[in-house]
Amino acid sequence: MRLFVMARTAIMSMVKRPATRKYPFGPRRKFYKNSRGRIDQNIEKCVFCGLCEKKCPTHAITVVRDEKTWKIDRMKCMTCGYCVEVCPVKCLSMENEYTGPSVSRKEDIYRHA
Amino acid sequence: MGEEQRTEIITKDDLVKKVSELKADGFRLVQIGCTRMEDIEVNYSFDRAHSFLNLRLAVPREGAELPSISGIYWNAFLYENEMHDLFGISVKDIAVDYEGNFYRMAVKTPFNPPPGGGEGEGKT
Amino acid sequence: MSGRTTIPFGPQHPVLPEPLHLDLVTENETVVEAIPSIGFIHRGLEGLVEKKDFLDFVYIAERVCGICSFIHGLTYCMAVEEIMKVEVPPRANYLRLIWSELSRIHSHLMWMGFTADAFGFENLFMNAWRLREKVLDIIEETTGGRVIFGSCKVGGVRRDIPDEDLKVIVKKLETYKRDIREITNVFISDSSVKHRFVGVGVLEKEEAYALGTVGPTLRASGVAQDTRELGYAAYGDIDLEPVVEKAGDCYARCLVRIREIFASIDMIRQAAGKIPAGPVEVKVSGTPDGEFFARAEQPRGEVIYYAKADGDKFLKRLRIRTPTFANIPAMVKILKGCELADVPVLVLTIDPCISCAER
Repeated sequence: MRLFVMARTAIMSMVKRPATRKYPFGPRRKFYKNSRGRIDQNIEKCVFCGLCEKKCPTHAITVVRDEKTWKIDRMKCMTCGYCVEVCPVKCLSMENEYTGPSVSRKEDIYRHA
Repeated sequence: MGEEQRTEIITKDDLVKKVSELKADGFRLVQIGCTRMEDIEVNYSFDRAHSFLNLRLAVPREGAELPSISGIYWNAFLYENEMHDLFGISVKDIAVDYEGNFYRMAVKTPFNPPPGGGEGEGKT
Repeated sequence: MSGRTTIPFGPQHPVLPEPLHLDLVTENETVVEAIPSIGFIHRGLEGLVEKKDFLDFVYIAERVCGICSFIHGLTYCMAVEEIMKVEVPPRANYLRLIWSELSRIHSHLMWMGFTADAFGFENLFMNAWRLREKVLDIIEETTGGRVIFGSCKVGGVRRDIPDEDLKVIVKKLETYKRDIREITNVFISDSSVKHRFVGVGVLEKEEAYALGTVGPTLRASGVAQDTRELGYAAYGDIDLEPVVEKAGDCYARCLVRIREIFASIDMIRQAAGKIPAGPVEVKVSGTPDGEFFARAEQPRGEVIYYAKADGDKFLKRLRIRTPTFANIPAMVKILKGCELADVPVLVLTIDPCISCAER
């Protein structure tokens, strides 16, 4: 039975630097190389086959072949990376920064120029 | 992997007797589960020192009735209440009976919709 | 003359971490009977097998629970692989072991934080979670996500960890051991913590076995049973010994979880030393036909997945039984006869994860 076992840790945490960062008033921690983030689309290479739309578990991607449009709902995307794996021409890639917060549904539309 | 898993087919009348024998042998109840096929298949799973035994019996899809084993294994009451709420199998004399209020859902017996009605896309 | 009062506890309560409802029948602040009630977050995930094919279902199996998500995905993949007779390459098995043990470390550190919060020791709660952040950083570096790993699939794993990174991880975990020991020392020897834990909620050995308890709750009552002894996913190749305590009270359950953290760090070190080179996945073709019960050891106990398939690309039935569902009867038994102020500590000592229990 000992008393004040936590005392040393408590006093040290008052003296040392805090373990948290003051984001957004300070810099954010750098993202790791492997972190899963938003999907990036190189629309010039896309052939509009629709494989990514079929495989997306949350149905976040919509491909309209006649209009040559590729849409993704950023808020539905769960960054699993399945679309990146199945794309046959490898036009999709995954960045390591996630989509920032927003107050409304965010759909990004890419059109073949 | 590939541990030894045995399955025995039994009937409703043998159930309580067989389960009492297993309890005396030192088996513990792992789970009770149902699968909806042409009729409903109920699986009682037991285990002792990583040796797995499964008792299987079949009940009709509507109006099924089973005796409760919560007199032998008290923890079976949770699985039997769940069976009643999701599949509509009525179990007699459960130790703690929620009488259909275990999962309060808008759709009664969602995993066993009445044939010819209910969900249009359900697989039979 | 003392009458009985029924106090409803949960699903929303400041000290309760999970949405569980208990009707406590009390007599003068002593609990005489407790009736549990769950079903607040029942999502019916087992019914989704009819709509998502068996390869895509891994994403749903992982999201059954946020804390033990990797092992859910792993057990699902093991069930389907055993039905289809797919041989997973050995390197994938070792990687699965490493991620499972990292999952266990972060879950136990999280449990320690919750329990400290339940009896009011917020400083200890914050410090335990500060250590947990370091483990989550290791996980994010290797898989990309902090709690939902997204790295298991039918036929292997989706990403590889290079060998140099494994050595760095093992070295980091060895340095964290000193900090973890500092925090766990408080749980083991501080007199205020012991006052709340020792002798509270005793579960006898025969009763624990007869009620079908699993996991650290069972091992703290003296039964040496660990599903990892089955030898799935490279557990057959490393030294493994179940951590057992005899007393059966809250203090024993806390000790079991603390010792399991150090045992997991040791297992990761062994696995990183023995991991072979090779591919990490194998191509899967065709559809499953058959049935199998797959079992694994989650941080809370034994999880069992029953998968039945009949040649179609949708599985016929998937039944998940999680360890919290098996520990609820034990919780009801230990709540009998306790003081009202001990109820949150006793509910937390079985480590409830209601999201798992209700799928």
